[in-house]
Amino acid sequence: MKKNNANWIRIPMPLRYLINLAMIAAVWFVLTALMKAGVITNYWSGILIMVGINIILAVSLNVATGYLGQLPLGHAGFMAVGAYTAGIFMKATPAAALLKAGDTAALTPYIIIAIVLSAIVAGVFGLIIGIPALRLRGDYLAIITLGFGEIIRVVLTNIDSILGFDFTYGAAGLKRIPKFSSFTLVFICVVITCTVIHMFMKSRHGRAVLSIRENEIASESSGIQTTYYKTLAFVISAMFAGVAGCLYAGYLGSLYPSTFKFMKSIEILVMVVLGGMGSMLGSVVSATVLTFLPELLRSVDDYRMVAYSLALVIMMIFRPKGLMGSYDFSLSRWLEKAINWIVGLFRKKEPVAEKKVIAKSGKGGGKA
Amino acid sequence: MSLFFSQLFNGLQTGSVYALVALGYSMVYGIILLLNFAHGDIIMVGAYTAFYAMTAFHLHPIFSVLLAIVASTVLGVLIEKVAYTPLRQAPRLSLLITAIGISFLLENGAQLLFGADTKSMDPMISGSITFAGGINISYAALMTIVVSIVVMLLLTILVQKTKLGKAMRAVSEDMGAAQLMGISLNKTISFTFAVGSALAGIGSILYLCAYPQASPTMGSMLGLKAFVAAVLGGIGSIPGAMIGGFAIGLLEALVSAVGLSVWKDGAVFAILILVLLVRPTGILGRKTMEKV
Repeated sequence: MKKNNANWIRIPMPLRYLINLAMIAAVWFVLTALMKAGVITNYWSGILIMVGINIILAVSLNVATGYLGQLPLGHAGFMAVGAYTAGIFMKATPAAALLKAGDTAALTPYIIIAIVLSAIVAGVFGLIIGIPALRLRGDYLAIITLGFGEIIRVVLTNIDSILGFDFTYGAAGLKRIPKFSSFTLVFICVVITCTVIHMFMKSRHGRAVLSIRENEIASESSGIQTTYYKTLAFVISAMFAGVAGCLYAGYLGSLYPSTFKFMKSIEILVMVVLGGMGSMLGSVVSATVLTFLPELLRSVDDYRMVAYSLALVIMMIFRPKGLMGSYDFSLSRWLEKAINWIVGLFRKKEPVAEKKVIAKSGKGGGKA
Repeated sequence: MSLFFSQLFNGLQTGSVYALVALGYSMVYGIILLLNFAHGDIIMVGAYTAFYAMTAFHLHPIFSVLLAIVASTVLGVLIEKVAYTPLRQAPRLSLLITAIGISFLLENGAQLLFGADTKSMDPMISGSITFAGGINISYAALMTIVVSIVVMLLLTILVQKTKLGKAMRAVSEDMGAAQLMGISLNKTISFTFAVGSALAGIGSILYLCAYPQASPTMGSMLGLKAFVAAVLGGIGSIPGAMIGGFAIGLLEALVSAVGLSVWKDGAVFAILILVLLVRPTGILGRKTMEKV
C-alpha cells in the first residue's frame, strides 16, 4: 500500500549493494579490531570460526530443506567429503611449510584451490546422490540420503584396506592438516555463501526452485524442468557443505569419520528448522545462537542434546514455521522506512484528501 | 558345511529381531504414513527396562520380560498421544522432524539417566544344542527364531481375523472413509502404536538374548536396519516386513562370513538404495498412484 504511494522514497539498486557491503566491511573491521585489542580472546575467536562454519552449513542445508522443500538427512556426508578433500589436498602440498613460515601470499592460492576443490568434489557427490535420490520424494528421499550419508562414513573408515595404502587413515583419523582457517577467511566464505545463495534465490532459477516447493505438479505443468532444478538446488546445497567441510578441516587440523555421523546431519537440521525453513536470517541467527549457547552453558553440557531435541519437538508442535518463519531481513528496506519516516515528519500536513485517494487507488490496483 | 549352518542360524537370529522391529515400522507407516524414527529407541528403552529389572531389582526373568514389553507399549502410545496426535493435520515434513526429535530426546535422555557406557549382563539363555553332523546352534538362537515366528503368526491372526485388525486395515486403506463408517481414528491409531511398540519390546528381549548388553544408542542402528528391512519388503505390508527382516539378517551374516564384516553397515544401506531405485515399493508393496 505504502509503496505504491508516489511520495515513497526508494533507495536505488546499486546503492543498496553498497550499503550492504559497507555494513559487512564494518562488522569485519569491528570484530578484527576487537581481536587485535584482545577483547575477543583466542578461545572466542575460535568459536567465531565455528559459528561461521555452522552458518555456511545451515544456510546451505536451507537451500534443500527450506527452499526446495525436501528433507535430506545426509548433509554431514557432503561436509565430510569436502573436509577430507581439503585435508588430503593440503597435506599433499607444501602448504604446511608455508603456514609455518607465515608466508601468507604464497599460501593463499593453495587455500583457494582447496576451497574450490572441496566445493567441486562435494558438488559431484551431490550430483551422483541427487540424481537417483530426487526421483523419490518426502520420506523416501530422507531415507535414501541418510543411507548415502552413512555409506560415505563407512567408506571413509574402511577405504584404506581396499586401496592398500593410507588415504583417509580410517578410524584413526586424518591428522596434521595445516590449520589454515583464519577468522578473515571464514568471514569471507560466509559472506560469499550467503550472497551467492541469496542471489540465486532472487533469480529466475531460484523462483523455479520455490515453485517446486509450493507445488511440484503445478510448476511442472507451467514448463519448469523440475528434475533439473531439484538437482541444481541439491548440488548447490552439497557444494557449500563441502566448503564448510574444507574450513572445518583447516580449523581443527584433524578429521575422524565418526564426526560426520547421522547426529551431525541432525544438528544442522535443527539449526535450519529452529531458525525457520526458508529464511536465511533464521539460519544465520540460529546457527550463531546454537554455537554460542553450548559454550556459555558448559556446566550443563550433558543437557544440551536433550534441550535441542525437546526444542525441535516443541517447535514443530507449536510453531512449525520456525522462529523467523520465512521472514528475511533487508537492511535497505529498514533504511527506506526510516528515511520515509523522517521525511514524513518534515513534509507534514499535505492535502489529506489527495493522499487518501492515492492510497485507495493503490489498494485497488494491488487487489486486481 | 557346519560353518554354513551356524552362520545361517546367526543370520536367522538377527533377522528375526529385525523382522519384529520392521513390523512396527511397517504398521505405523501403513496407518499414518509416518516414518517413526523413535521406534528404534523404544527398543533401547525396553532393553534398559529388562536390564534394570533383572540386575538391580532381581526380578524373575519372565516378569522382567513382561515389564519390558509393557514399558515399550506404554512409551509408544505416550509418544503417539503427546507428539504425533497434535500434528495429524500438519505437513508430513513436520511430522517427520518431530519423529527425529523424539528419537534424539530418548537417546540423549537415556544417556543422561543411565550413562553413556554400555551395560553388560549375564546371558539370559545359555548353552547350545549339537545336531548330527556337528552343527552347533545356541538355545538363544532357536528360541529367538521360534518366538518371532509365533509372534508373527499371532499378529497375522490379529490383523486378518479380529475386529480391531479390520479397523486397522480400513484406516490404512482410507482414513476419511473409515471414519465415516464409524471407526474411531484415535483408538485405532493408538492401538496400532501399542501393537507396534509391543513388538519392539519383544524385539528388545530377543536382542538381549543375542547380545546381552544395553547402551543409549543401541536402538538407532538397529532401528535404521529394521527400517531398511521394512522398505525392502515393501513398507506397509506385514508379510513384506518379515521377509525383509530375514533377508537383511541373512545378508549381514553372509557379508560377515566372507570376511567383510566392517562393510556390513555399508552393504545394508547399499541394498536400501538399490531397492529404492529399482523398486521403491519393495518386494510386496502396493503401487500407489499419486493424486493431483
